[in-house]
Amino acid sequence: MKKFVSLGNKDTRSGFGAGLYELGKTNPNVVALCADLIGSLKMDDFIKEHPERFFQAGIAEANMIGVSAGLAVSGKIPFAGTFAAFATGRVYDQIRQSVAYSNTNVKIAASHAGLTLGEDGATHQMMEDLGLMKMLPNMTVINPCDYNQTKAATIAAAAWNGPVYLRFGRPVVPIFIPEDQEFVIGKALQLTEGTDVTIFATGHLVWKALQAAEVLEQKGISAEVINIHTIKPLDEEAILRSVSKTRAVVTAEEHFMNGGLGDSVAQVLARKLPTPLEMVAVNDTFGESGTPEQLMVKYGLDTPNIVEAVQKVMARK
Amino acid sequence: MADITKLQSIATQVRRDVIRMVHAPASGHPGGSLGCADFFTALYFEVLNHHPAKFTLSGEGQDMFFLSNGHISPAWYSVLARSGYFEVKELSTFRLIDSRLQGHPTPAEHLPGIRVASGSLGQGLSVAAGAALAKKLNGDKNLVYTLHGDGELQEGQIWEAVMFAAARKIDNLIATVDFNGKQIDGPTDQVMSLGDLKAKWLAFGWEVVETNGNDMAQLLEGFAQAKKLTGNGKPVCILMRTEMGMGVDYMMGTHKWHGKAPNDEEFARAMAQLPETLGDY
Repeated sequence: MKKFVSLGNKDTRSGFGAGLYELGKTNPNVVALCADLIGSLKMDDFIKEHPERFFQAGIAEANMIGVSAGLAVSGKIPFAGTFAAFATGRVYDQIRQSVAYSNTNVKIAASHAGLTLGEDGATHQMMEDLGLMKMLPNMTVINPCDYNQTKAATIAAAAWNGPVYLRFGRPVVPIFIPEDQEFVIGKALQLTEGTDVTIFATGHLVWKALQAAEVLEQKGISAEVINIHTIKPLDEEAILRSVSKTRAVVTAEEHFMNGGLGDSVAQVLARKLPTPLEMVAVNDTFGESGTPEQLMVKYGLDTPNIVEAVQKVMARK
Repeated sequence: MADITKLQSIATQVRRDVIRMVHAPASGHPGGSLGCADFFTALYFEVLNHHPAKFTLSGEGQDMFFLSNGHISPAWYSVLARSGYFEVKELSTFRLIDSRLQGHPTPAEHLPGIRVASGSLGQGLSVAAGAALAKKLNGDKNLVYTLHGDGELQEGQIWEAVMFAAARKIDNLIATVDFNGKQIDGPTDQVMSLGDLKAKWLAFGWEVVETNGNDMAQLLEGFAQAKKLTGNGKPVCILMRTEMGMGVDYMMGTHKWHGKAPNDEEFARAMAQLPETLGDY
């Protein structure tokens, strides 16, 4: 089985900042907006180079989404950044009407998603954002897994014509996707080959899925790890191809079980290839304050939870 | 010099279109549409720098207009058609299945003239502010116009946008308020008083022009004043007094025709008051 090693540690939001900085140099139509969270979103480098292409929106997210829609209609490619909690639930109607239904070319940059936001607690720990966004027609939903992938996804989002929800996180996590790995929106990335079970993982859980695959290998279980970085449009072909071989599925994500990646995969399989499936996700409960590591353990999103889910689903084969 | 009589005549046909459009599907919002018929006519036939046959979403090189209170779409559709954005006969499809003239405006059906969906209130000023910023980035000297209901100003997002436009010195933006004092549940003062609207806009850092939205000469003068105030570091608000239902006697002086279509007998009475000036669709 192919082994992945950590090439270093960085936060995915810094990958977004690096991608935005890159876009600032290469695409004059790219503009950025932020609701009083420049440092958290790592937008400083872009703003320093292109102050005229940055618009501080203040703590007024609804207006920021609308302004972004207006910029997009006029041919600009706006990246509107704030925490995932405020980038989705707080402005759902604005996104629904002015972005998704109007099909404006707005890129919603959502940081601090999921439990790993940590100590700020449940008010800020957004775990229903993927569900909210994937339900909207015209919306593309991307949840990259490390610094390199987030940078590549940011650049790909600018080239994609239409609304994009780009989700990333706060904590420093391993970098394991090669810097030159091509990022294709809607195309799943197969990381390991396996024959007994497929683990579909997204975001911070991808690294944990790879670790789980190594543990499982020692137990004689061959796991195929597939990184679903694009929740919508979902790469159904890759899902069906792998599952028709392994006939057992585990999904892993830092999101509620309701509305997340597991939900999307289950829908495809229920319609086209009914298969035993287990989900590693947060099951209908809000989070709480704590360190990211403590929270991932307490809410069942750690490597051992994936291993356990695989064993459970194998027993159902 | 504007031909006031000609504009008044167009506005009468727009009112007639509005009533015919909501009567056919027995659905729609005649009250505010009638109240703003003069506004739309003045804007599209006199004020805007626009080229209906060369409509682009990006609006580069032209003035842009965003309707924030999307429910008064009948008046907007009528003026768009009659100023050449699409064929007048298409007005007959309003609110019917497979139409580009949706109940509330949307670019999803690719109807020329419409750039962003509206209907859920409070969003249009933010969108217009974004479009105005883009014009500044592009060095495009044209202006961005909006229309809002007065009841719509109860939405918090409006005041976020009002603050934003002033703070960012978006002085190529003219926002008009349809100040008719009425909303679905009754007089605005009773439902949720707006207080001193003029003082509010001024306090947020906007220029304010007051005008009568049902007097063509005064309306044009209001637009001219507003235009003159652009380019000086402040966005401009037109507080436009109107009468909801203007032009149809039984629809005036009440909020009851906000979102109700006339029956056949009421329709006939309205038609008798609104002569066909440009030819019906």
